[in-house]
Amino acid sequence: MRYSGFQVIKQALNNHKGWKPAWRDSEPQPHYDIIIIGGGGHGLATAYYLAKEFNGKRIAVLEKGWIGSGNVGRNTTIIRSNYLLDGNEPFYEFSLKLWEGLEQDLNYNAMISQRGILNLIHTDAQRDAFIRRGNAMILNGADAEMLTTAQIKKRYPYLNTEDARFPIKGGLAQHRGGTVRHDAVAWGYARGADSCGVDIIQNCEVTGFKIKNGKVLGLETSRGFIGAGKVGCAVAGSSSRLMAKADMRLPMESHVLQAFVSEGLKPVLAGVVTFGAGHFYCSQSDKGGLVFGGDLDGYNSYAQRGNLPVVEDVCEGGMAIFPAFGRARLLRMWGGIMDMSMDGSPIIDKTHIDGLYFNGGWCYGGFKATPASGFCFAHLLAKDSPHPLATEYRFDRFERGRMIDEKGMGNQPNLH
Amino acid sequence: MIINHPLLGQRDSSEFTYLGDAKLIERPDPDSETATHDFYKYAYLRDNPAGWHKELWFHEAGDRSWLVVTRNTLTHEISKVEMARDVAREKGRRR
Ligand SMILES: Cc1cc2nc3c(=O)[nH]c(=O)nc-3n(C[C@H](O)[C@H](O)[C@H](O)COP(=O)(O)OP(=O)(O)OC[C@H]3O[C@@H](n4cnc5c(N)ncnc54)[C@H](O)[C@@H]3O)c2cc1C
Repeated sequence: MRYSGFQVIKQALNNHKGWKPAWRDSEPQPHYDIIIIGGGGHGLATAYYLAKEFNGKRIAVLEKGWIGSGNVGRNTTIIRSNYLLDGNEPFYEFSLKLWEGLEQDLNYNAMISQRGILNLIHTDAQRDAFIRRGNAMILNGADAEMLTTAQIKKRYPYLNTEDARFPIKGGLAQHRGGTVRHDAVAWGYARGADSCGVDIIQNCEVTGFKIKNGKVLGLETSRGFIGAGKVGCAVAGSSSRLMAKADMRLPMESHVLQAFVSEGLKPVLAGVVTFGAGHFYCSQSDKGGLVFGGDLDGYNSYAQRGNLPVVEDVCEGGMAIFPAFGRARLLRMWGGIMDMSMDGSPIIDKTHIDGLYFNGGWCYGGFKATPASGFCFAHLLAKDSPHPLATEYRFDRFERGRMIDEKGMGNQPNLH
Repeated sequence: MIINHPLLGQRDSSEFTYLGDAKLIERPDPDSETATHDFYKYAYLRDNPAGWHKELWFHEAGDRSWLVVTRNTLTHEISKVEMARDVAREKGRRR
């Protein structure tokens, strides 16, 4: 069913009895040409682009819980393409362009809102670094603008610019950045993939790989064996656990990242703002809640919940720039498990096992990458060669010394 | 999380910084034929298990000792805390 304003009126006249489920509840078939493991944003987007752009044949997505139960439904929904390095920026700008056309492409309202992102500056050195970053963005076809404190104050009157330990000296804005309704991304891609014939199989956990003579033949799952020509893994925080079943060790640690939502408020925050002297970022959802977060907890974790020291740190960051928000009450907080890679950048690559492909290492920034990640992973699965914009996202970059380390932190995942 | 420091007793985990997998104690031999590949594996690859994990914590805001903490990554429960020095010596390291 195509969604449209006309359809809403038509269904309203019929007491909304005519709406159909957005995707089929498929039973697993004995064999698929391509199986994607993980029904998060990246897995579903991969299946969609495989079916639609690359004429994939029989494709399934296997999800251990329900689609969207992982990080795609837990993140703070920020999209942007404000990266510095050549290996990253063209890829993320491609992603932002895909976001801009996504709702029309999927015929699905993902509430994509290009309300802008602003990175605050507090020191001269930071200004230099952000001017360089802004130039790198512009060189790669993205938009970037340096703003003065007066310009910032106009759009964000609640910011504490002067009476602060870290006075605000300006900011780097990307006006095309913004937020998206994250669940709708999972649902929209699922519906799109389903309509192209992809089987979305929920409650189906992959428990092992069947590998013979260095080639993958299929998957052991909680719903029995399923044969496969090719397998693409996109399980984010569970990457190391899954790939260990194929005897692989990854350049990755799993860490917990927390997020927070306040009670609903009247509109107070126009776009996304990030603090430059500590780790805090915030936007306001369309429902009115302040959505914010900060640092990783900093130690390996699969617990999907964090601890109090980071809660305190995040709230201190918030109070430093938006003292008025201290009056808002916290409604909910939660955690998600991040696939933190050794250089802070992702991997989209073949493995040494024939027919087994890997997508992961998205750290805390993989939501914005969803469309491009799906597109490039589908390209790799279909053509056996990397998409031109993802050629740097290879496993062997660590051994070759070709790290894509945006922050220059080295092989310390909790610092990226 | 509370870390039961062998010398100082119970300390809040926020006094510590985290380095990661305690296998980092086992530095490869730089003179070995395969040193380049060994150091790549040592520096970049991790087991990253869901469950019990031995890891290095540094008591930065305390006595600045390195500890090996055995912690469950699914529950954050800590079952054992040792001085990293003792662990390294047990493995035959002299310093
Ligand atoms: C608190 C928080 C805030 C974030 N904020 C942002 C942000 O503002 N902007 C941004 O760009 N990114 C953000 N991120 C990061 C982003 O959410 C992730 O990088 C991205 O969602 C990961 O890709 P995914 O959607 O495919 O992952 P997931 O949704 O986690 O998908 C992986 C799926 O694989 C399934 N799975 C795991 N193991 C198996 C198995 N054995 N068999 C079958 N299925 C399996 C899981 O159940 C899961 O559904 C944030 C993350 C968190 C936790």
